Amino acid sequence: MKEIIRGSLLIFIVSIGLLLFNMKLNAGTSSASKDTITVYNWGEYIDPQLLKKFEQDTGIKVVYETFDSNEGMMSKIEQGGTAYDISMPSEYMIEMMVEKDLLLPIDYEKIPNAKNIDPYFLNLSFDPMNTYSLPYFWGTLGIAYNASLLDGQTFESWDDLWNPTLAQQIVLVDSARESIGMSLNSLGYSLNSTKLEELEEATEKLKMLIPNVKAIIGDEVTQLMINEEAAVSLTWSGQAADMMSENENIDYIVPEEGSNLWFDNMVIPRTAKNIEGAHAFINFMLAADVAAANADYVGYATPNAAALSLMDKEVVGDERFYPDEASRDHLEVYRNLGLDMLGHYNELFLTFKMNLN
Amino acid sequence: MNHKLLRPVFKIPYVIWVALFVIAPIALIVYYSFLDLTGNFTLNNYKTFFTSIYFKLTLSSFWYAFLITFFSLLISYPTAYFLTKTKHSQLWLLLIIIPSWINLLLKTYAFIGIFGLYGPVNAFLEVSGIGTKQILFTDFSFVFVSVYIFIPFMILPIFNALDKLNPTLIDASYDLGANAWTTFRRVIWPLTINGVKSGVQVVFIPALSLFMITRLIAGNKVITLGTAIEQQFLVTQNWGMGSTIAVFLILFMFIIMLLTSGRERGAVRNGKAR
Repeated sequence: MKEIIRGSLLIFIVSIGLLLFNMKLNAGTSSASKDTITVYNWGEYIDPQLLKKFEQDTGIKVVYETFDSNEGMMSKIEQGGTAYDISMPSEYMIEMMVEKDLLLPIDYEKIPNAKNIDPYFLNLSFDPMNTYSLPYFWGTLGIAYNASLLDGQTFESWDDLWNPTLAQQIVLVDSARESIGMSLNSLGYSLNSTKLEELEEATEKLKMLIPNVKAIIGDEVTQLMINEEAAVSLTWSGQAADMMSENENIDYIVPEEGSNLWFDNMVIPRTAKNIEGAHAFINFMLAADVAAANADYVGYATPNAAALSLMDKEVVGDERFYPDEASRDHLEVYRNLGLDMLGHYNELFLTFKMNLN
Repeated sequence: MNHKLLRPVFKIPYVIWVALFVIAPIALIVYYSFLDLTGNFTLNNYKTFFTSIYFKLTLSSFWYAFLITFFSLLISYPTAYFLTKTKHSQLWLLLIIIPSWINLLLKTYAFIGIFGLYGPVNAFLEVSGIGTKQILFTDFSFVFVSVYIFIPFMILPIFNALDKLNPTLIDASYDLGANAWTTFRRVIWPLTINGVKSGVQVVFIPALSLFMITRLIAGNKVITLGTAIEQQFLVTQNWGMGSTIAVFLILFMFIIMLLTSGRERGAVRNGKAR
């Protein structure tokens, strides 16, 4: 009996100790959160030097976390486990997040550098007046290919992918919107199509591509292309830029039938604790020299007009990565099709994947 | 006397643990499986599960889980048997188990290099005159890597069962005129069947829901129930459908546990008491 009493007393004392310790820790974080921001970004999507520079310039410490899909990112913000101060969703996801009331409006008083942005990228349909978002990078979806592995074959349209000479050569993206969208584009339909028979037709066409499909994977494709393990892949422009800088046999095109034009944007989620710091971060990233250095490092196209003049003329003039306004016109931006339609796209993509073997 | 009074108190942590980490999550999954996209009650998720595509998915998951379990067993049983015969069996066992301390993803990424077109396996095939083959992104590579990952988990229980086996029983079998095959079939196998059963449980059940390997090694040419659940939660955001698939996965696991846990008593005693 004595031992039990002694034991319980000990547990009691330890618990009190832990409680006090915990309170002290919490007090620590709440005062620290004033000079800390949590940034939630895509993988390999920022120049790490710039994060250091931001910390030095402002004295705000950056906690950096990454995600690999818009949907996964939104789920985490919705859960609210971590207080993210900055995130970088794509355009259709911003529509969805606004619908769910997950974003805070931006205070332009605190972001003088917003004037650096090319007006072409402002006031777009997914966020009119840019109430909630400012563009970070933009780019396209296209075909990256290694002509030296394909006897000099080149690509101009999506239909070239169906060429029987490409047996077991193509790597697709593990994402329904991109893969079915590509097939929709090749048929001359919109990649935001919600007509069931068009989607059916696109899936059937995609199934005919199966003999040419080598694999359906994610970001690992960059390494596969660089190592010449794969010859053709469905790829975003910046990813293609990474491949091309490592392997000069690789080229990238945006097919003539049209493709996806996308924008990733900086937003402040409703979970943000340090709203002041978040604004400071957005303003910092929009400074001309910072945006230029970042675009140099990441390889995607920057919407920052002031930064363009600081960058290598050859890069900025490259039509493959900075298509002019005329060619941008036949590219399409993803629209938020609603969860029901997204589910339908994914189910069709699943049937396609089930047929692979 | 005080001890008896206090006994229920000791149960508290376990009851809390089970309630919080076993019962509550399962109850939540079952609850979500009855919700549609907008959060209304529905039975449609169950209806969808029985459509051709998810049915095919279940069948193919079972087929690959079966293949993985079968080959793991085929390799592990003899290995475990020979391990019990070696001098430093504990050391050898340790060597076999060490790879399971390494992170699963790391091992998987290593195989991308090993099986690649310019990897060592293809270099060997090229030299031996067979020629370069596409190994990565096939169902063969998927089964191979999964078997490699699961082998330690299969060997351990079988090794323990074989280790406990009383060697005099084998001598007795030979004395009574049985040959090696009959001894294995009538004495060794029945007495180690529990080790095999727990090995099968530890391999088959996780194999049903493997998902990273399906993408990295099989390039999505193999799709398991795990992949489908991941997609439903992260991409489609249809938690209801994801939970429904999870409910079926739990049901399948229950069935497998039931199938592999019969006739326990007699065998555990190793025949010694009878």
